[in-house]
Amino acid sequence: MSTEAITQDIPGTIIFNGEQAMKGYALNKMCYSFNKADSRAAFKRDEEAYMEQFHLNAQQKAAIRARNVLDLLAAGGNIYYLAKFAGIFGLSVQDVGAQQTGMTVEAFKAMLAKQGE
Amino acid sequence: MARIIGGLTSSHIPAIGNAIARNLFEDPYWKPFFDGFPPIRAWLDEKQPDVAIVIYNDHGLNFFLDKMPTFAIGAAPEYRNDDEGWGIPTLPSFAGDPRLSWHIIEQLVGEEFDVCSCQEMTVDHGFTVPMQLFWDDWQKKPIRTVPISINTVQHPIPSPARCYKFGQALGRAIASYPSDQKVVILGTGGLSHQLDGQRAGFINKPFDLMCMDKIVSDPELLARYTAHDLVREAGAQGAEFILWLAMRGALQGHVQKLHGNYHVPISNTGAGTMLLENAD
Repeated sequence: MSTEAITQDIPGTIIFNGEQAMKGYALNKMCYSFNKADSRAAFKRDEEAYMEQFHLNAQQKAAIRARNVLDLLAAGGNIYYLAKFAGIFGLSVQDVGAQQTGMTVEAFKAMLAKQGE
Repeated sequence: MARIIGGLTSSHIPAIGNAIARNLFEDPYWKPFFDGFPPIRAWLDEKQPDVAIVIYNDHGLNFFLDKMPTFAIGAAPEYRNDDEGWGIPTLPSFAGDPRLSWHIIEQLVGEEFDVCSCQEMTVDHGFTVPMQLFWDDWQKKPIRTVPISINTVQHPIPSPARCYKFGQALGRAIASYPSDQKVVILGTGGLSHQLDGQRAGFINKPFDLMCMDKIVSDPELLARYTAHDLVREAGAQGAEFILWLAMRGALQGHVQKLHGNYHVPISNTGAGTMLLENAD
């Protein structure tokens, strides 16, 4: 078994390792730039130009256009940097969790609360 | 010599920072979490520690994936937070203690922990949220701080055993500092949570409660887990428990739990709050 296969054996989970770090570097670098308000504004003004500036590949661009978190993870995105992308749209981690699990936000919140019982 | 009088733990979720800014202490969602802190603040008020060593992880404010240190130690006269991209309030600065920082850096490198030293360092919610929770009056009575950031963003992250040993070396470093100061160690983050993937929303209450028990009585048992075990049992971001183990390693005296609180959910997380006394 390869190291990669041993690492990625937890269902519904992508361990962000060197393989992912290489794959997602451009995407994560763009998302890291969203720490700055000017960068968020520049992205909102012209998404395509902004993605081009950071040399995103076609898979990463498509995932950004779709605002699809699972696709962004598959394209090498790291959740800590993707959170800054989600922040542009005012999304909470419950919104992001609901999208990834295919639940409504209310159902996702209820699922969280149930785990405290 | 400096003395470590205790260890404190808290989750460091950004939403807590926003709840503090909005004064939601009595809000039904937040009250069971915030109610865990007054007994710890009363203890801090009585003991008056001089320095807080804050063990946290940077979430993409100060460090990017271009250069990702495994262990980074602040050595700045002051620390500020900054815009993290989603509107968490910026705060007045936190005081540093560069001489103590350099002593710790010297001692740790002397013990073969080859840390990254940072004379400039922004601190994110991982640092600021616990500081606000434990010292609601920190702006009036500033406590000096030493931030220690451990990588939990990009695997390989350091193993639980390595973090526990790091904490032990940190404890020896503080014990050898020639100054009559009282020090508390903050282990922040956790407990179980996962933000990403189809398993987003995963929380493991039995595992969290076991960790809160064993962190007092048998931390070496917890240090035998691998980082991968922590991801499986506590969720992708639950691996932040290594930060608690680093805190616990620094407590080398007689350790007893004086206060504990656990609440699910705060945001997507099982939130554990503890006060551990470290007596001679």
